[in-house]
Amino acid sequence: MLPPFALEEPTSVHEASALLARYGETARLYAGGTELLLAMKEGLLRYERLINIKLIPELAGVALADGALYVGAITTHRRLERSAVVRAHFPTLAEMAAHVANVRVREVGTLAGNLCFAEPHADPGTLLLVYDASVALARQGGTCTLALEQFFVGPFEVALADDEILTAIRVPALPAHTAAAYLKYGLLERPSVGVAVAVTAQFGQVQEVRVAVGCVGPTPRRLRDVEAQLSQKELPEVRARLDAAGALAGSAADAVTDLHGSAQYKAYLVGVLLRRAFERAYQQTMGGDAGDAARGEGKT
Amino acid sequence: MTDNRAHHGTATGQVLSIRITVNGHVQDVLIEPYLTLIEFIRDRLGLTGTKKSCDMQVCGACTVLLNGRPVSACTMLAFEARNAALLTIEGVAQGEALHPIQEAFIEHGGLQCGFCTPGMILAAKALLEENPAPTEEEIKHYMRGNLCRCTGYKRILESIMVAARRLTQTHEPGTLET
Repeated sequence: MLPPFALEEPTSVHEASALLARYGETARLYAGGTELLLAMKEGLLRYERLINIKLIPELAGVALADGALYVGAITTHRRLERSAVVRAHFPTLAEMAAHVANVRVREVGTLAGNLCFAEPHADPGTLLLVYDASVALARQGGTCTLALEQFFVGPFEVALADDEILTAIRVPALPAHTAAAYLKYGLLERPSVGVAVAVTAQFGQVQEVRVAVGCVGPTPRRLRDVEAQLSQKELPEVRARLDAAGALAGSAADAVTDLHGSAQYKAYLVGVLLRRAFERAYQQTMGGDAGDAARGEGKT
Repeated sequence: MTDNRAHHGTATGQVLSIRITVNGHVQDVLIEPYLTLIEFIRDRLGLTGTKKSCDMQVCGACTVLLNGRPVSACTMLAFEARNAALLTIEGVAQGEALHPIQEAFIEHGGLQCGFCTPGMILAAKALLEENPAPTEEEIKHYMRGNLCRCTGYKRILESIMVAARRLTQTHEPGTLET
């Protein structure tokens, strides 16, 4: 049983923002509801109004433009998983989307909603960080773009103003000779550890390694100290440094102890997944200049 | 014709008028915006084949198909079925003739207590309409959100494989009902 609420169904972003401005904290945007309705059923969140944004045409669609993927805010995980454009040009993103929760959640849950809810135990934010993704935000006064890295503020907290709406996610294509990989591990319904890597390499020379880690700490984050340890090196040297880099990543991830495991356990797994994700992405760079890979391990 | 948008109103008094096709029958219904789909199906329509178990989109017992897509009725608002075709387990058989997936589950022991079975059948139906000849791995991936505490899954997997073979033999592509 859900506590009673009213439904608002705006057909434009402007109208939705006006509703948010008018009703403040008594209203909340609603798209897939996969996180929101669970929290409302548990009584953890309570709203007088839900604002259904799925009738807003400008929030729909997945498109490739100017070397980037634009994912409209009401795009479901399932749509990403099955989109020919995403599978062809962002295969790691499609593969990650195919392993979010289960098929019923993916059918209704949206990528934007996942990012906005900012539940730390989630996959998309971590992977999107190595793509240098950004989010388009809109309110009655205008629009702006924010790097995803700045969007994540804390657990269940993002940089959205009260009347602001995430309208689209922009995912730039990876540079040439670059491949991404996302690996996760967990024994519960949600992932316990997620590690994303993007490797730029050619002829045994590793130019750049991007690393992001999620689930273990308060927010997904890029680990630039770790990246510096692994970039601009010959492949054997990168491999020799992976253990130390993994240990550094484990401590930099700011792991917390919870039902998913102890902080020490998670920090260790970050190192394991970093090594595997690097090898996986590196192998993909050998097979073409834009491939990638995502895979779930364990139960999640 | 019903309204496509919610009426504005107070939090307590708002009622939505929606048109929904339930197992092939068009109905116009009045619902509260906070009514969940499973409450609508079980309590208003009296179709109790849809089971409520975990109530958090994990177990799959409440799986129903909306326009052919599998959803968790427990965590979906009923108004989302507006102008859609809802299929519950009661609508899968054609009169007395069981659906080939149902027959395969019976013949191959794809169920024991039966509580997860409506959700299993509907999820399998959605899978086979999307991917008529899935591999074992594809079935496992698609069905991983439908939990069974009895069978150990092996016979469910076998049942779906058998159903897939029969359906591709007996139906022309695109003739499966949704």
